[in-house]
Amino acid sequence: MKSYKTKRAIGNAVGYIILILISIIWLFPFVGLVLQSFRSYATEYGGMVDYLVPKHFSLDNYKFLFDSSQTNYLLWYKNTIIIAVFVSLFQTIIQLCVSYALSRMRFAGRTFLMRFWLVLGMFPGFLTMICLYFLLKQFGLTQAGAIPGLILVSVASCGMGYYVCKGYFDTIPKALDEAAMIDGATRSRIFFTMIIPMSKPIIIYTALVAFMAPWCDYVFASYVAFGHDTSYNVAVGMTRWVWTNDYQGYFTRFCAGGVLVAIPVTLLFMFLQKYYVEGVTGGAVKG
Amino acid sequence: MANGAEKKKKSAASLFFEALGKGFKEVGVTFIEGDIKTKLSFLIFGLGPILRGQILIGIALLCSEVLFFYYMAGFGWQYLSKFSTLGTVATKKVGRKTVYGDNSFLILLFGVLCIFAIIAFIAIWYINVRENRKEELLLKQGKKLPSNKDVFLSLFDKNFHKTLLSLPVIGIFVFTVLPIVFMILVAFTNYDKNHQSPSNLFTWVGLENFKNLVSFSGAGIGGTFLQVLLWTLVWALFATFTNYFLGLAVAMLINKKGIKFKKLWRTILVLTIAVPQFVSLLYVMKMFANDGLINGYLIKWGIIKNYIPFWTDPMLARITIIIVNIWIGIPYMMLIATGLLMNIPEDLYESARIDGANPWQMFRSITLPYMLFVTGPFLLTQFTGNLNNFNVIYLLTQGKPQSVNLAEKAGYSDLLITWLYKMTVNDTNYRMAAVIGIMVFVVTAVISLVVYNMLPSVKDEEGFQ
Repeated sequence: MKSYKTKRAIGNAVGYIILILISIIWLFPFVGLVLQSFRSYATEYGGMVDYLVPKHFSLDNYKFLFDSSQTNYLLWYKNTIIIAVFVSLFQTIIQLCVSYALSRMRFAGRTFLMRFWLVLGMFPGFLTMICLYFLLKQFGLTQAGAIPGLILVSVASCGMGYYVCKGYFDTIPKALDEAAMIDGATRSRIFFTMIIPMSKPIIIYTALVAFMAPWCDYVFASYVAFGHDTSYNVAVGMTRWVWTNDYQGYFTRFCAGGVLVAIPVTLLFMFLQKYYVEGVTGGAVKG
Repeated sequence: MANGAEKKKKSAASLFFEALGKGFKEVGVTFIEGDIKTKLSFLIFGLGPILRGQILIGIALLCSEVLFFYYMAGFGWQYLSKFSTLGTVATKKVGRKTVYGDNSFLILLFGVLCIFAIIAFIAIWYINVRENRKEELLLKQGKKLPSNKDVFLSLFDKNFHKTLLSLPVIGIFVFTVLPIVFMILVAFTNYDKNHQSPSNLFTWVGLENFKNLVSFSGAGIGGTFLQVLLWTLVWALFATFTNYFLGLAVAMLINKKGIKFKKLWRTILVLTIAVPQFVSLLYVMKMFANDGLINGYLIKWGIIKNYIPFWTDPMLARITIIIVNIWIGIPYMMLIATGLLMNIPEDLYESARIDGANPWQMFRSITLPYMLFVTGPFLLTQFTGNLNNFNVIYLLTQGKPQSVNLAEKAGYSDLLITWLYKMTVNDTNYRMAAVIGIMVFVVTAVISLVVYNMLPSVKDEEGFQ
């Protein structure tokens, strides 16, 4: 009995050691990011160095970001928030509509539509970049108008990403719909007054995922806003600091900007983590 | 097995032709038996419904016909007529004046749109004919036609799906279907940096680009393509399975009895999902750079003399990418596994323990089979997602290190998708980018189809539910 206990204690100790090691590895880059963001580009050095903790803590990088005479960072930040909010709003609405129609209603062409969208999803997204760029240009939604353009493109095709949401609707018993219909409720009434209030977790999940995606959108955003500094989002603007302006010592300013981007998004995510877990787990099991 | 599939296909084809035949017969019968209103509707859409009082349906049909002819006559025809050559007169500068000619890009794009418009036109015509037939039959039986108000209200009840789906379907058509068809067609043209319309027109070249893709001599890019394809598959395999098993292991470790602060460990891991990838990956990229933190400390501590070329050595770059991807990917799998592991009945483990099974045996014969069964489709989507995992590769290495041995500026860590991106953005080599895009589709589709049919949870779907 005793040997079993000691065995167990050793097992737990090993477990803790592994977990602590994992935590250090996982946190190290983030700690580094925060620490290096306090290294002044003006008085110390803004580029790459071989030490982690800055010699003098300073807020120079943050001051730089908030100084609109030197950088458009605040504008990029605003652009990204605008894109994220609108994409999140419209994408959630559209995915709810599509999911309800595909989950609850049976109509001619339903399976065809689902198969067709599945096949479409297998084409790589970047394939169509030049064509999309041209279409947006026709509407004047590139360069200066890149922000509505980016919102339009993300929202227009999001109907195909209905899987997780539809999976959730499928778990709501159909008997509820039938009962409501016997009582004389129309389909739209069932949708608005019954299904939507019951779907809070999946609505939050969809909105959260949609909100987080634009923060990383580098590829298409850089293509559409090409050369037009005021319509960049944070990813496009700051990626330039690492790739092309690197030699000028923009690295610590990138770190500071990264911290400012990461904090609100991370907090939001942590706050809504429960719903995220529910969404991905449900989605994974149903495929 | 193959025989059965063939039979199935045949029956699907025959079903299709049967339906087509039925459709033609219906149109014929409608015309012969129809009254004058119906017969006129064959030319003027929706005339029958309008005369019978079905104003809403009739006007919708009529409008679509007017719109079609307006588009074709005023706009579409000039492009469609040049579709076979994609334009012959280039835009030139004569003296100081620019003489505008054809624009191959526009001809191709609007030509495709015209073809879709014609298909839609035929479909609407057929709907129009059927609507007439339906109304006539109803009237013959002495029944009343639904009122306009009923027709409108049905959009929120019986036909609610039409209301819900119309906007998404149009959006997907304009921003996904149309561009994809356009790009597939570009693969059969010579649209590249030497053929930028309107000053230099491009035209059809048949299968030349595909021949280029599989030719291994001269300027052919066959060798490079195979190399990139191979790395794409190896990457997807490693990325998927390292994340899967390590994520499962971490989840089991945290779930273990006796481990405290479960929530804290999970929260730490989940940070990599929460922080936007362009921040975390670009930072990690700099961390592993030749003059980055890791090399800096290793040199300072005297462990190594020269920096380790994490990103500049081809093999090392690939290994580093896979390792960094573990950092990004494990938490995702951990979250999923945590929930699923709790679904496994505890008494299974208990009885195994009584039978004297050790932890490894329990994992092998209880946990793993269950997890694989439940997460089969998830593994497949992860795999195809990794085939197209642009962010990790591009933010870390941009496909580098490049080599003169590889054609079209491909690098050793390029996936097909990043290669495609570079061709499009840096080289404006649209013809080959389109071919690569089609290849990505083929690879994804074949793997999905084969694996999907092998999945136990698909074969045994009913049992699982």
